[in-house]
Amino acid sequence: MTPGQTPSQTVGPFFAYGLTAEQYGYPFNSLFPPRIAEPRAAGEHIRITGRLFDGDGKTIPDAMVEIAHVDADGNPVTSREAAVASGFRGFGRCGTGTSADQSFEFHTIKPGVAAPGSAPHVNVIVTMRGLLVHAFTRLYFEDEAAANAADPVLDSVPVERRATLIAKRIALPEGVEYRLDIQMQGPDETVFFDL
Amino acid sequence: MDNKSLTRPLTPRDWTSHSPYIHPDYRSTVLRGPKRPLLPIKTQLADLAAPVYGHEDIGELDHDLTRNARRNGEPLGERIIVAGRVLDERGRPVPNTLIEIWQANAAGRYIHKVDQHDAPLDPNFLGAGRCMTDSDGRYRFLSIKPGAYPWGNHHNAWRPNHIHLSLFGSSFASRLVTQLYFPGDPLLALDPIFLGTPEKARDRLISKFTLGLTEPGFALGYEFNIVLRGDAATPMEK
Repeated sequence: MTPGQTPSQTVGPFFAYGLTAEQYGYPFNSLFPPRIAEPRAAGEHIRITGRLFDGDGKTIPDAMVEIAHVDADGNPVTSREAAVASGFRGFGRCGTGTSADQSFEFHTIKPGVAAPGSAPHVNVIVTMRGLLVHAFTRLYFEDEAAANAADPVLDSVPVERRATLIAKRIALPEGVEYRLDIQMQGPDETVFFDL
Repeated sequence: MDNKSLTRPLTPRDWTSHSPYIHPDYRSTVLRGPKRPLLPIKTQLADLAAPVYGHEDIGELDHDLTRNARRNGEPLGERIIVAGRVLDERGRPVPNTLIEIWQANAAGRYIHKVDQHDAPLDPNFLGAGRCMTDSDGRYRFLSIKPGAYPWGNHHNAWRPNHIHLSLFGSSFASRLVTQLYFPGDPLLALDPIFLGTPEKARDRLISKFTLGLTEPGFALGYEFNIVLRGDAATPMEK
């Protein structure tokens, strides 16, 4: 037996040169860049963006967001070799400290259906200075209304809070963007899960 | 195995071992920690694939912070070895799993552009590294003992010496971001981040000095074992 789970501690304000070095211009290569899908990867190429807000409604400039999702056919990436072959790595990281408006921005593909009955979704981890344990949430897609209505996880969320998990679809000349802001606190506090 | 769902029930997160989200002594938590209770989610309903990577992603010097950023000499400070095992709650090793670390230099200064602490940068020290555990869950880093540094949480606030760590384990749900501290540090008793952890679990964050890991004439050794959530049940044979 072990003494029990190692406690979580905050990621702190200075993670960038270790965890997101290339994005922030530090001389250390990144294992998990914010580009999750290469242009050759199969599926609908999209951008996923958003901002994080604190309890005063201020944008958070020193958060790190990690997202993970299945490929366009609904299959998880199960090996490095598979990721290299397909051009889709299934996981990415982005700090909120390099864009003018403190957005995170991922280049990826729209995920398929991971399991029968579930709606396409993205798993999200947020962590930052002031967060002693990372927080887990999900991103769903506005244009998947029928699938969202049947999704068992969304169904477990009180109706009035579901909108905090649903990204807006914005068609731009350069491609489709899904935008979801994450509210750490407040009347529209994002739903976080005890995963 | 149905690779579409990757349903692996994990042991639950033990909230008696982790800090609450709102811990007012650590001021930044007050506006950033979620205030509403987390909603339960069945792990059977979650796709839990961990990120993929391999030993070939890790550079030859990535585990050695005393060498991975040299420009014109050795970094200044006290060389240390930090090593241990990554285990699940049943004591089973977590093999081939990534550990990423970052830390201040010996003077207590981070290379991060936002760190304005008036202490010198070290041109030969970045402070970032990573490695993967072996088949027995073992890992080993070489580094420089990080210095304490002041922060703005309260009057005369100083963080204890610490190294940040990031791990995934075998599942997206076993993610852990934590900090390693050093034995005997008088700042621990004053540090609101460390003290946010329930008392019974605080010792798990403090590495142990050990002669067994210490290399004669070279560096002091500190042991730090990391326990992640693991599979709730032994996998069934088919």
